[in-house]
Amino acid sequence: MLFVPSANIGDRALRAVGLIAVILPLAALVVLIGSTIAQGAGRLDSEFLSGLPSRKAELAGIGPALAGTGMLMVLTACLAIPAGVGAALWLEEYARPGRFMGLVELTIATLAGVPSIIYALLALEVFVRVMGMGRSILAGAATLALLILPMIVMASREALRAVPLHLREASFALGGDRWMTLRKIVLPMAMPGVLTGIILGLARAIGETAPLITIGALTYVAFVPDSLSSAFTALPIQIFNWISRPQAGFHVAAAAAILVLLAVMLAMNGLAIWLRSRLQRRIQT
Amino acid sequence: MNGETAPALVLTTPRSWGEIVAERVFQLFAAISILTAVGIVVVLFGESIAFFEAVSLGDFFGDTQWTPLFADAHFGIWPLLCGTFLTTVIAITVALPLGVLAAIYLSEYASPRARAWLKPSLELLAGVPTVVYGYFALAVVTPALQGVIPGLSGSNALSAGLVMGLMILPIIASISEDAIYAVPGSLREGAAALGGTRVRTIWRVVLPSASSGITAAVILGVSRAIGETMIVAIAAGLEPRMTLDPREPVETMTAYIVQVSLGDTPAGSLAYQTIFAVGLVLFLITLGFNVLSHRLRRRLRAGRT
Repeated sequence: MLFVPSANIGDRALRAVGLIAVILPLAALVVLIGSTIAQGAGRLDSEFLSGLPSRKAELAGIGPALAGTGMLMVLTACLAIPAGVGAALWLEEYARPGRFMGLVELTIATLAGVPSIIYALLALEVFVRVMGMGRSILAGAATLALLILPMIVMASREALRAVPLHLREASFALGGDRWMTLRKIVLPMAMPGVLTGIILGLARAIGETAPLITIGALTYVAFVPDSLSSAFTALPIQIFNWISRPQAGFHVAAAAAILVLLAVMLAMNGLAIWLRSRLQRRIQT
Repeated sequence: MNGETAPALVLTTPRSWGEIVAERVFQLFAAISILTAVGIVVVLFGESIAFFEAVSLGDFFGDTQWTPLFADAHFGIWPLLCGTFLTTVIAITVALPLGVLAAIYLSEYASPRARAWLKPSLELLAGVPTVVYGYFALAVVTPALQGVIPGLSGSNALSAGLVMGLMILPIIASISEDAIYAVPGSLREGAAALGGTRVRTIWRVVLPSASSGITAAVILGVSRAIGETMIVAIAAGLEPRMTLDPREPVETMTAYIVQVSLGDTPAGSLAYQTIFAVGLVLFLITLGFNVLSHRLRRRLRAGRT
């Protein structure tokens, strides 16, 4: 604010309490990460990263889980990106306000708030049972793709909206049709924003645990998935499995696996922030 | 929602085949969200109807025991609702004061440079996977609390609720800050002109004007807490019981769904149907809260322009 009234005791107190309210949660985050490093950092070596799960805590590794998470992310991206960006393109560039468009917008806004465990129940019935995918990596990826679809649609719409209208008009004036304008002008301009949304969506998907457990992803898998219908495990499932065991050795392994998961997520978020700053610079010029 | 996004341009040039196909394909992708929403409703109601053919609504909402997996099966949902209520109340007790105070600090006191650092850092909290929070509650918070609170069991509602509060704090802080930011400067200037100190201005003018936005933030936080699964499944225990004692293990609706999924429950069995009945109750509750929050925020946005 512009005005600066004399700072009295109440003012200083509110400022102090407010600062504590910001610092306290951040301190909790530091404790969380610090205690996980203290527990798990000692287990982090190449054997842990490539090893198979084991009944002995000291020998257990995250090889299949890491491979499962990687494949799950690639599959989820393949399903969610075309569907999400396509839906955003339709809503921003083609749709005329009307019943159908209103319904699409309403359902996307509603779905964004549905708990992930509810998506899991849908997937359990439709993907696993009715469509006969079983408890496969494809069923898992389809579930995660549905879950992050609203995020990708909303982020992509925002990016498309930020592309100035006069660029489209210029393209049309030069005789470009809508599809060409989208492909050559609008999408390249909106790309950093769209990519940011995709990465943030995938970063969310990578940590999702409950939907995968509910559709019945196996917790003991000693192999790397070799086909779409293959059973699989993933990092968060492996972490949950180890946490649920009473032996302290498995909690150490869980802490180490959490460090790997957090490192991957942090890298993805960093990438998203970098892309966002690039976008802002380009729109400004 | 309508009118926010008018179509960019209306083209009158002749449309090529590819153009028409592209539009249809994109429209189909847009329809996926409708299919998903319809699918959720059909699946939840479908399996729940089968469930309520075997178990009466009176038992479901009248019985106070939840033991569907035991030989002596009872299907009263109250213990699960009770567990969800307890952990959610604890989470909100943490996240509401901290979130609103953090929002006040960020919007009224923090320098632009501090704000540029603190805000994204707070948002990191919302990005931590919930299974990691579960580990934190079970392996760090509970042992620490056991040193202070005698008789705290290894799984308890308290530490799960506290950590859940940490998770929803950024949501409450972020939406509250938007609401505070949207309060017109003229109101603050008016309060200052009348000789109000900054604290009085915040307390008597800014917060009341932002109250509908802050309420929307809290409701959204409540909805997230109710739907949160892994933290409670890991740290709150898997024992359905009617208690409001935060030191005891409880089971939430979400944790029950995970518990059944971990076992080998054949499709079509009554135990399988229970997770859809519980899921339906969960879905309707969170939907109610989300709609309420959405309405409040829309009113806020409409008031600003």
